[in-house]
Order: sequence, then structure tokens, then C-alpha cells
Amino acid sequence: MINFLRRVGAYTLDGVATFGRAGFVLSRSMYGRFSFSGGFRLLLKQLYNVGVQSLAIIVVSGLFIGMVLGLQGYTILVKYGAEASLGPMVALSLVRELGPVVAALLFAGRAGSALTAEIGLMKATEQLSSMEMMAVDPLRRVIAPRLWAGFIALPLLTAIFNVVGVFGGHIVAVDWLGSDAGAFWSTMQSSVEFRGDILNGAAKSVVFALVVTWISVFRGYDCVPTSEGISKATTQTVVHASLAILGLDFVLTALMFGDVN
Amino acid sequence: MFRSTSVEYAPLVGRDPTPSHQNAMDMDNNDEYLVEIEDLHFKRGRRAIFDGVNVRIPRGKVTAIMGPSGTGKTTLLRLIGGQLRPHKGRIKFDGQDVAKLDREALFELRKKMGMLFQSGALFTDLSVFENVAFPVREHFHLPEPVLRTLVLMKLEAVGLRGARDLMPSELSGGMNRRVALARAIALDPMMIMYDEPFAGQDPISMGVVVQLIRLLNDALGLTSVIVSHDVSEVCSIADYVYIIADSKIMAHGKPDELQNSDNDQVSQFMQGKPDGPVPFHYPAQDYKEDLMGALL
Repeated sequence: MINFLRRVGAYTLDGVATFGRAGFVLSRSMYGRFSFSGGFRLLLKQLYNVGVQSLAIIVVSGLFIGMVLGLQGYTILVKYGAEASLGPMVALSLVRELGPVVAALLFAGRAGSALTAEIGLMKATEQLSSMEMMAVDPLRRVIAPRLWAGFIALPLLTAIFNVVGVFGGHIVAVDWLGSDAGAFWSTMQSSVEFRGDILNGAAKSVVFALVVTWISVFRGYDCVPTSEGISKATTQTVVHASLAILGLDFVLTALMFGDVN
Repeated sequence: MFRSTSVEYAPLVGRDPTPSHQNAMDMDNNDEYLVEIEDLHFKRGRRAIFDGVNVRIPRGKVTAIMGPSGTGKTTLLRLIGGQLRPHKGRIKFDGQDVAKLDREALFELRKKMGMLFQSGALFTDLSVFENVAFPVREHFHLPEPVLRTLVLMKLEAVGLRGARDLMPSELSGGMNRRVALARAIALDPMMIMYDEPFAGQDPISMGVVVQLIRLLNDALGLTSVIVSHDVSEVCSIADYVYIIADSKIMAHGKPDELQNSDNDQVSQFMQGKPDGPVPFHYPAQDYKEDLMGALL
């Protein structure tokens, strides 16, 4: 029993210490001095790495998820003669829920793991230490541009995911199954609210962007600088980021859409 | 700019290796020494890495820190550079207590030091030219032609001006170390710390690095600290040597004094004898009992 309590205590202390270090990394990176000339160039490079390089997986996944939504939605709604509601169903599912969540999960798997591995490898090969010894703060030079890039890129990728998803739903429902195109677009236009649906979905993706990128850069910066340590940190990034996305999604959904009375 | 090199050493082998209390008191305002480490204590977990270590690095000289693997030689460099903080004791660099500086002041102080890491630690996504230009670009806004001239001068000093466009993956181990050296002197530091500069080098590369360390030290008026366990290479260029063992300074003195030492532990290390005060065998139970134990 004592051993169990000791172990729980050790885990708790370790968790609090890790959270403290993560908070330090976040605050020093976000609020550190930002040089616009040099910083913007670094930011652009990272936007390309985490944003543009993730476009392919986001577009392909968005297309297929939209197509599945269109197919499933049509086969269910047609039984009740409600296939005219297919447009709003596809759009609302994507904008409110699937877009932010699936795009964030894909981002964690593609860009998040790459960020952790890259930073971890820089640590293992003493590049971060050498930077410190050259009086260059790695939090400002390495972590900050990656953090800001992830924070900017994921909401944009989510928007692209949503647009492509709606297009995928349209391909299946209208072009393939013969649903009415006018009804598809007009019911979507009248049902989807800019503030209630699109902005809330965007807010979700902003929160996910911060959390996923924060976890990714911190896990790399804090990893044990060995091949095993980097491998563990990369796995932790994907697992922790995925759990954080799903958990936060429930909390945000409850706050945004939970008022059912 | 050349700095003072007129430091006289007293032979200390066989004496109490810890500088006297009076010497420790003299550490304040002592311009002869660029780095002064006094009563240093540092632990990793429960293991004491340093237990009351005193080291003084004279200006303008090549000082070597030697000792068996795992004795904390690299840790000592990290403590001097402020990447680690001592649990007790003082580390002064150019008169400033490194452990008491805040982050901004520490970064300002580090502009006066260069460090050559064991792996070279070159940035793999930057060319040789950009690696050397990196610290200059970060700290100064120099016009591109001036920067180019500066970088080419540094690369010329290490004999790699012609390799400016290569990527780190295209360099040999020795070239990698020399580019890292050019980068370490890019900001014209007062001191360079070398972490195992000879490890994994072929004889030619090793000879080049040995010569470069001495030449750069004398030509640029630097202070050099070499951490290594390559006894012959270190002794060929070092002015003074500290040997660390068992969390303390085991001995210190000029290389020839240490090589002729009659202290068994010093002699074992300097002559590379496999057995002696530092045993060949890791502590274990009796050999016969251990073997028979499996059969009984």
C-alpha cells in the first residue's frame, strides 16, 4: 500500500514537473523577443515544412471523408425521403466536428511527429547545446518558429479539409447518386451559420493547433537524447496529442453546442 | 589582440592537489586566471560527479582536463559554460560568477566563449559557409560582403576555405571538427573549450587538429581548455594538465611533471597501464564462487 502511494506520489510529482517545464518552454517561446527580419524567414520555412508538406494528406483525407459522409448520409436519409438535408448534414458534420478533429489528428501524425523527431535529433547531436553556447537561445531560434507555424498552419489546413470534404460529399451525392444539386447547396447555405458553426469549428482548430504543436515541440525539446529517447518522444507526441484532441473536443463541444434546452 | 601569457606554475604533483585556502582567497580579482573554479560540488542523482574540485585556467594558455571515461570532464565544460549549475561552489569566468547570472547575462557572457563539441554539432541543414556565418548573423547585422570576408577568413584559418559550399553530410570526421572550430572562433571569443577533439580521428586529422589548437591559441591570443583522455596528443600541446578521478582533482601540473610522476594512480593513467590503483576488473564476487554458483 505504501509502495502504491509512493508510486502515485512520484507519478504526480513527475507530471507536475513535466507540465512546469512545458509551460516554461511555451512561455519563453511565445513571449520571447521576436526578430521580424530573421524570425519571419524562419517562420516561412516552418510554415512550408508543417503546413505545405501536410497538404497532400489533408486534401486526400478530406476528400475521402466527404465522400463517405455523402454516401452514408444519402443511404440513410433517402429511407426517410430526407435526402434534401444531405448538404447540411455533410457540411455541419465537417465544419463542427470532423474537420477540426480529423485534421488535427492527421497533423499530429504527420507534422507533430516530424517536429518531435527533428528537435529530438538536434538535441541528440548537440545542435541545441551548441546554439546555447553561441549565445543563441534555441527556444527563440528553433522552438518559436515551429510553434507559431503549427499554430497558423493547422486552422488553415482545417479550412482546406472542410472545403475538400464538402466537395467530396457533392461528388458522391450529386454526381454519382443523382441527388439534386440545387437542394444540396441551398439547404447547406440556409442551415450552416457563420458564427455558430464555422467560427466555433475554427475556434476548435485554433485550440487543437496550440495543443498539438506545444506537445510536439516540447516532447522533442525534453526528450532523452538517445535513439530510444527520440523514438519514445515521437510516440508520446502522437499518443498524447491524439488523446488531448479527443478530450478537448468533448469539452469544447459541450461548451459550444451543449446548450440543448 | 594578444593577452597576457606570463603565468608561472608551481609543480604540484604529489602534493595536496587542492589549491590552498590562501590561494582560494586570492581568486577574487585575479587577472592571471580566466576561469576560477572553487570548491565545486555537483551531483547527478545521488552520484557525486565533483566533490570539492578547484581548478584555475590561466589566460593565454592551453589547459587540459584529463581523466578516465565517466569522470565528468564534459560536465565540467558544461558547468563552465553555464549549461549546468553547481550544487555548491563558485565558477568564475572573467570575473563573473557564472551560476549567478540570469539568462540574458549568461548569453552575453557566452559570446566570450566558444565550444567545440565532440560531435562537431554542425547544423545539418546549413552549408559549411552558413554554419560558420550562423553566430555572426545571429548577433551582428553585417553587410553581406563583410560577412563573406569574415567567414572565408575563419575557414582559411582551418584550411577549409575551398569546402565552403559543402553540406555537413559531405564532410569527413576531421573536416567536420575543423568547420566546427571555424564556427567556434567566428565571434572572436576569449576562450575555446574543446570536448574530446581527438576522438574518432585518423592520425592525419588528429595531427591537423592538434596543430590547429596550438596555433589558434597562440595566434589569436586565446585561452584553450581541452577535455580529453588522449594522453600523448594532449601532452604535446598543453601547458598545464589537471587529472580528474573519483570526483576530485587527482593531480595537476605541467605535462612532463605528470608523466614522470611516481604517484601510482597518475602513473597508471599517464602510461595507460591496464591494471593498477584503478582496477581492471569491475568489483564483483569471488570468481571461483561465481562460476561454481551456477553448478551447485
